[in-house]
Amino acid sequence: MLEKPIYFNEMGMDGAVRPPYAGLDTWAANMPEEFRNTKQSEAEALFRRIGITFAVYGEGGDPDRLIPFDMFPRIFAADEWRKLDLGVKQRAKALNAFLLDVYGRGEIVKAGKIPGRLVYQNEAYEKAVVGIKPPRGVYSHIVGVDLVRTGPDEFFVLEDNCRTPSGVSYMLENREIMMRMFPQLFRQNRIAPVENYPALLRRTLDSVAPEKCEGAPTVAILTPGHFNSAYYEHSFLADMMGVALVEGQDLFVKGDFCYMRTTEGPKKVDVIYRRIDDAYIDPLCFRPDSMLGVPGLMNVYRSGGVAIASAPGAGVADDKAIYTFVPEMIRFYLGEEPILNNVPTWQCGKPDDLKYVLENLKDLVVKEVHGSGGYGMLVGPRSTKEQIDIFYAKIVENPGNYIAQPTLALSTCPTFVEEGIAPRHVDLRPYCLVGENIELVPGGLTRVALTEGSLVVNSSQGGGVKDTWVMAE
Amino acid sequence: MRLQVNHRTSYTFDPPMRGVAQSLRLWPSLFDGQAVLDWHVDIEGAIRGANFRDGAGDLIETATFLGSVETVVIDVRGTVETTDLSGVLRGHREKVPPLAYVRRGPFTYASNAIRELAQKAVAGAGNPLGQAHALAEAVGEAIAYTPGETDAKTTASEALEAGRGVCQDHAHTLVAAAICLDIPARYVTGYLHAEGGIAEASHAWAEIYVPDLGWVGFDASNQVCPDERYIRLGSGFDSIDAAPIRGVSQGRGTESMSVDVTVLDANQQ
Amino acid sequence: MTLLARHAENLFWIGRFVERAETVARLLEVGSRNSLLPNSSGGFRNEWESVLQASGTAGQFEAKYAADMRERNVESFLFFDADNPSSVASCIGSARENARIVRTALTSQTWDALNTAYQEMQELKRTERSKLSTNDLIDWTLRTGALIRGTIEDTQLRIDGYDFLNIGHYLERADSTARLLDVKYFVLLPQVDFVGTGLDNYQWRTILRALSAHRAFNWAYGGEITAAKIADFLILNRRAPRSLITCAEEACWHLDRLARGYEQTTEAQTQARNLVAKLSGIGVEDIFDEGLHEFLTRSIGEISQLSAVISEVYLIGEAR
Repeated sequence: MLEKPIYFNEMGMDGAVRPPYAGLDTWAANMPEEFRNTKQSEAEALFRRIGITFAVYGEGGDPDRLIPFDMFPRIFAADEWRKLDLGVKQRAKALNAFLLDVYGRGEIVKAGKIPGRLVYQNEAYEKAVVGIKPPRGVYSHIVGVDLVRTGPDEFFVLEDNCRTPSGVSYMLENREIMMRMFPQLFRQNRIAPVENYPALLRRTLDSVAPEKCEGAPTVAILTPGHFNSAYYEHSFLADMMGVALVEGQDLFVKGDFCYMRTTEGPKKVDVIYRRIDDAYIDPLCFRPDSMLGVPGLMNVYRSGGVAIASAPGAGVADDKAIYTFVPEMIRFYLGEEPILNNVPTWQCGKPDDLKYVLENLKDLVVKEVHGSGGYGMLVGPRSTKEQIDIFYAKIVENPGNYIAQPTLALSTCPTFVEEGIAPRHVDLRPYCLVGENIELVPGGLTRVALTEGSLVVNSSQGGGVKDTWVMAE
Repeated sequence: MRLQVNHRTSYTFDPPMRGVAQSLRLWPSLFDGQAVLDWHVDIEGAIRGANFRDGAGDLIETATFLGSVETVVIDVRGTVETTDLSGVLRGHREKVPPLAYVRRGPFTYASNAIRELAQKAVAGAGNPLGQAHALAEAVGEAIAYTPGETDAKTTASEALEAGRGVCQDHAHTLVAAAICLDIPARYVTGYLHAEGGIAEASHAWAEIYVPDLGWVGFDASNQVCPDERYIRLGSGFDSIDAAPIRGVSQGRGTESMSVDVTVLDANQQ
Repeated sequence: MTLLARHAENLFWIGRFVERAETVARLLEVGSRNSLLPNSSGGFRNEWESVLQASGTAGQFEAKYAADMRERNVESFLFFDADNPSSVASCIGSARENARIVRTALTSQTWDALNTAYQEMQELKRTERSKLSTNDLIDWTLRTGALIRGTIEDTQLRIDGYDFLNIGHYLERADSTARLLDVKYFVLLPQVDFVGTGLDNYQWRTILRALSAHRAFNWAYGGEITAAKIADFLILNRRAPRSLITCAEEACWHLDRLARGYEQTTEAQTQARNLVAKLSGIGVEDIFDEGLHEFLTRSIGEISQLSAVISEVYLIGEAR
């Protein structure tokens, strides 16, 4: 795996076009440059008009920056998707079983399958919710599984996102814009729809209302506010689901329940889809200085007056140190073999692994255990000696904070670039919903590294997005 | 011993606040060392609810005040029959794995000085119980009981550096010393019936997890393990996490607080 | 669907900011037309100062430009200045930011109108100033305001959110009419002898023009322009879309709709009705007996008090 990688091109190699892309090659090749440019600016204008923009953390600059949208779709055949569908659902199920277990009896630790210190000493493990069983035993209601592909039949899970994976609004808006710009493509190809995602999310949230809730549950999305880079998504989802979009200041606790301040007075809230971190949910339970949260909310949650999605404490399942053990979880809780593989991972906290990692830094990808968004990450083969030396020192100082993985030969997908069409590396994040049922819409967010040769697809690092098609059966 | 508690906490806000929310942890723990004969928590004007027993075994309740709030008075009265178990928390039902407490927080971050003190104390101290005793003793010796030198925000490291402090500082430092050795430890709050010795009726100490025995209390301030003079209320990572009353108020008012506690031997009344 | 108190406040402010942007553009028009006159009523400086006084931003302007009252400075300050919270750019920006927060309560057309206004403003900011005439800027603002208002009227559901948009709009408009009328007071302040002269008429006419009401006025009253006719038209005439009484009645109507929908009448409805009743019960001579400036100052106070009560009752969301 460490030799010079040969990348799998999803459209096909050496001129042969793989079936799902049939027709698209000529569509793209025959597109006059002028037409393409018109369409590209049309897409941009549409994105800007609907206000779907993205602010990059800590970079300042234009808060209304657009994530570049590439018009060339990323396509899966029906049978390719079937495997992903089963694999992602299997994972989401196991992760939830794990959470229910480690906040309950801790069987997996007692059985010696995962070291207790990795789980219980983990920053994301919340002592405050031990012994609290959330409705239907679900902790992570929206599981975003980040996948990469390395061959026709090879998929790897890069990481799981059990807290509040973002980006689903792009999945929906990318499709909306493609359908508007290229209706003929959708007539010619049978592409599975994704637009019922908000309805499924609403159903999922309704299904986890607490027992104390009588009648139709009132659902609200809790956002940190309109300065948050994902605010568009929060308001988009609230709108599509027909639920209130609240900030901490809109909610208050009274007796056994939580209420929102409306123009008609207080209204009880039964399910909160929160898009803020655990630490900020409730200053009476977590960070005392939080201004974003609701004082007393955790007490209402723990006494069964409100459901919170994702449940506080869900983060312990998507920690990069726990990631290594997900295949083990699948076997332990489901008695099944994992359908999707993990990327081989070295834990720098283990002496043997550390030794290997330090000796092979130039070939590896090194990540911070708690990092996200492509920050604090080293891509060995694409780094200078200086950058590698700096990381070397960081790892030595705090080995437990790092994991390393081989540089994967990420698949490429044809992408419109200045010179025409060229392969660029892509990944995929499908969004799995867990409530009364486990659901996965056929699609997801495809991120693309627009710079030639780059393997970093994060939008905060210059990545773009594509519409993701799953061909209907 | 039959202990009688009277504990009144009063908050005054000037100008009045627009709302106050509190999380209360004011009920005696249920374990073999104490039996509650009667216990009342009264708060005038509060809307109360959202009560439950948490994973650490503490009863928790929520009190909120809506609209303009000038004063909040919390009255705790009750009688508890206590038994000396040499600090062992026998028969206490809890679900939190001890390892969950091995986590450094803002108050219990171990400075080099704490680390050294801890390592020196346990060297040659024998079994885990012996080590726990040694840690408590070392902390008690390193920080002289001196009221007024530290405040609610003082961390373990600061207290050790100053060499002076009160029960909160002893408890934080003992927790910090234990967890830097990967020994589970936590902060405990409660009451103390004190005749002579260090008189803090509203008291705090630490618990250290000892394999085979479970959680064992250590009061570094008084250099003893909690006995029949102690009433245990609840626990947490540190003084904020374990606080008997944790509150947040909305508004620009300044808060002043007064506390009045007596813990008496009911048989001598 | 329930409306969050905070979101009702956002809607209320969208209504206000859109109208405020228009007011500022209208003030710019008054200033620019008045300044075309020969220097006789206290000078060029005076025309612009009166505009700044009326918009309530004279102090801020002075702090920034040290009283260098060049047309270009005033125009920059009133149209583009990000430091001036009442500039057209700030108002459009704030309206759009409020809209962004409360997207869920707006139709996509309304959002589109507000967002497009904002994007166009960004474009104007980037355009070289020599290519933009004052008239273009004023026209753009009035056209944009009309587009947004029209979209709101045409597409928004007739639910509580719609009422809050309109209450904000009409309260701001009442305030704006009162302030524009008051410009006359500031212009004439130095020399009272001008009353009834050609210059006086010219200034009144400019104010009518700025309120897009000069032709309506001719149609309704005809003949000589007098202070009494103008005051009657802009304060007491129910047919004038910007008169104080029209604005008060519209705000009252929307407040009554809220009370019906929520099945609860509050202090806000009472105060709004009082305001309407007061305006219905007076004649133009009562206004001049009190003094036009005094009357307008008092009215501005009453409007802002009504706004405070509405905020108290609906927009804070305290438990009731």
